[in-house]
Amino acid sequence: MEQSAALPELLDKRLVFVTGKGGVGKSTISIALGLAGAARGKRTIVCEVGGQETASRVFRRAEVGFHEVEVADNLWAISIDPDQSLREYLLLQLRVRAMRDLLVRSRMFNYLAAATPGLKELVTIGKIWELAQPDRRVKKADRYDLVIVDAPATGHGIGFLQTPRTFAGIARVGPIHSQAQELDRFITDHEATGVAIVSLPEEMPVNESASLEEQLTGEIGMAVDRIYMNALYPERFSNDDAEQLERALDQADGPARAAVRAALSEHRRCRSQRAQLQRLKRAVSSPVKTLPFIFRPSLDVPSLERLAGALV
Amino acid sequence: MASVAEIVEGRGICICAGSGGVGKTTTSAALAAGLAARGQKVAVLTIDPAKRLADSLGLEQLENTPRQVDPKLFESCGVEMKGELWAMMLDAKATFDEVVRNHAPDAETRDRILENRIYRQLSNALAGSQEYMAMEKLFEIHQEGRYDFLVLDTPPSRNALDFLDAPKRLTQFIEGRGMQMFMKPTGVAARVVGRGSSMAMGVLKRITGLDLISDLQEFFQAFSGMVEGFRERAKRVSELLADPATTFVVVCGPQGEPIEEAVYFHRKLVEAQLPVGGVIVNKVHYETEADLASGEVQSDLSDLLDEELAERVARNFADYQALAERDARNVEHLQRELQPKAVIRIPYLDEDVHDLEALLKIDRYLFASEEQREELAASGAA
Repeated sequence: MEQSAALPELLDKRLVFVTGKGGVGKSTISIALGLAGAARGKRTIVCEVGGQETASRVFRRAEVGFHEVEVADNLWAISIDPDQSLREYLLLQLRVRAMRDLLVRSRMFNYLAAATPGLKELVTIGKIWELAQPDRRVKKADRYDLVIVDAPATGHGIGFLQTPRTFAGIARVGPIHSQAQELDRFITDHEATGVAIVSLPEEMPVNESASLEEQLTGEIGMAVDRIYMNALYPERFSNDDAEQLERALDQADGPARAAVRAALSEHRRCRSQRAQLQRLKRAVSSPVKTLPFIFRPSLDVPSLERLAGALV
Repeated sequence: MASVAEIVEGRGICICAGSGGVGKTTTSAALAAGLAARGQKVAVLTIDPAKRLADSLGLEQLENTPRQVDPKLFESCGVEMKGELWAMMLDAKATFDEVVRNHAPDAETRDRILENRIYRQLSNALAGSQEYMAMEKLFEIHQEGRYDFLVLDTPPSRNALDFLDAPKRLTQFIEGRGMQMFMKPTGVAARVVGRGSSMAMGVLKRITGLDLISDLQEFFQAFSGMVEGFRERAKRVSELLADPATTFVVVCGPQGEPIEEAVYFHRKLVEAQLPVGGVIVNKVHYETEADLASGEVQSDLSDLLDEELAERVARNFADYQALAERDARNVEHLQRELQPKAVIRIPYLDEDVHDLEALLKIDRYLFASEEQREELAASGAA
């Protein structure tokens, strides 16, 4: 069950949130998942939030901003800006232009929009939902088969995904109530929406992945489809090799000594990584898929395509 | 080049800033442990719920008030503890509640806020509240004056100055005239501004639902009573941050993106006229002088190991060197941006750092001079 079975399921959903601790490679994996989806012939879009612009950097484009920009065959990118999402929401909500202009021009409204806690998150999720609808609300917009979200890191991520339910609870009746409820229904619909958690073979990311899985599947009620153990070193040296290397270390000097030491370090790190991988597998119930460490100075499109292949 | 000892010399507060996942919590803890071992009474304030870190410090869990780390733990790692190490984890919600209790003009306002549904469910999402609470706690502990040195591990943030602006952001909304309109949408004020606002309010009520608006009004109204207290406090927090006794250290990783972020953070801090001590780069692959193309390493290795293993060792070394070259280039770039401030490189250790023993290894690098660090790394003292 561990390896290949779960991925088609993940990419067959309409909406996939990619989350995990800060610095584990969420953005990289989001784009790689996007490439994997596009390669399967799905019209795919990768959404970044909080002013991130990884996709434009990777594909060497001008900043994509709040536009759906095609960055590769079948693959689009957007950086979701909450202010523009709110404006777009009002546009769809208030068909009477005069009312909309009145609101947008009102100083009170602008203060309120900036100050209301959680509103930025709510309208961001609202925009993600809109992108994932078969019938887009935005005029003349094309439908996507797959929407991948490079979600905020754990700490903020949980709060982010909880926002619709919180608002649905606070606004007991009225349009915000029903719309927030609709968002919550969609992201907790296991058929439509999935989650990929990204982890690293280190103590703290493993701990955080386990508690993240628990919160997402428990309290929030989302489906966690898989956990990617990212940047795993290849097992280049066996324990026997390591013994030989230890013996050789005393006789070696200069660069050869440095090379032997690098090999021994690699062996130790690798062992500690495998131990963390085992720990993760014991701590979580979702399928775990490993991804290789990529020995490249910086991630370019070819390495991302390779990674996309490894996601399967 | 400087060691961290020079950066913190004569100071009382070190604020570790940086984006997420670069080892900020670990660095903060190692710095605090090092200063404590050398004789100071140190408190480290972290925001990361690092369970294993708490375990390694012998604390059941980190709480919202500092707890002392047992000095025997240091001795069991072969390090003499000349001072005291205290640690706490910031609980943003609990701190926010404390702030409300302290600033509320009267019991009624206090209860109105603490029981307001918006406050209870969303205060964590209030713009900059986590960052603000970190500052607040730092200020409070500093006021108490019980420690020689404070280390603050700031919340991960993409924007270096989020936590600096946080108090201001929190108060300016409530002070703004637009917000005043919202809180008191009737009466003289509304007539002066015209009917625009009350019409806007009408539209707003239609698209949001009445009760949400009244909860929000209630929330902002209750808060407005505390603005004066907040503003006063925010001013004093800003003064503390800009004080010569405070130093900022930016923590980052050696890859291109984290280095660029560190450069950006540093620039922003300097622009805000804050005292920056230097940058700590974690997980650096140290370079070795070796010409891989010459095949010399390969032949030296073949003398020591069987052919096939020598081959694998050489290939692994080539990969390692590629990363080391990348790191060296990135660090050099950072150093140019920072001149003449310190860039402290912590090597990529063989083992994951999550216990006191490993923290103390990091500490050896932190407090070493650049030459000593090179030597430590070359001797493989990891």
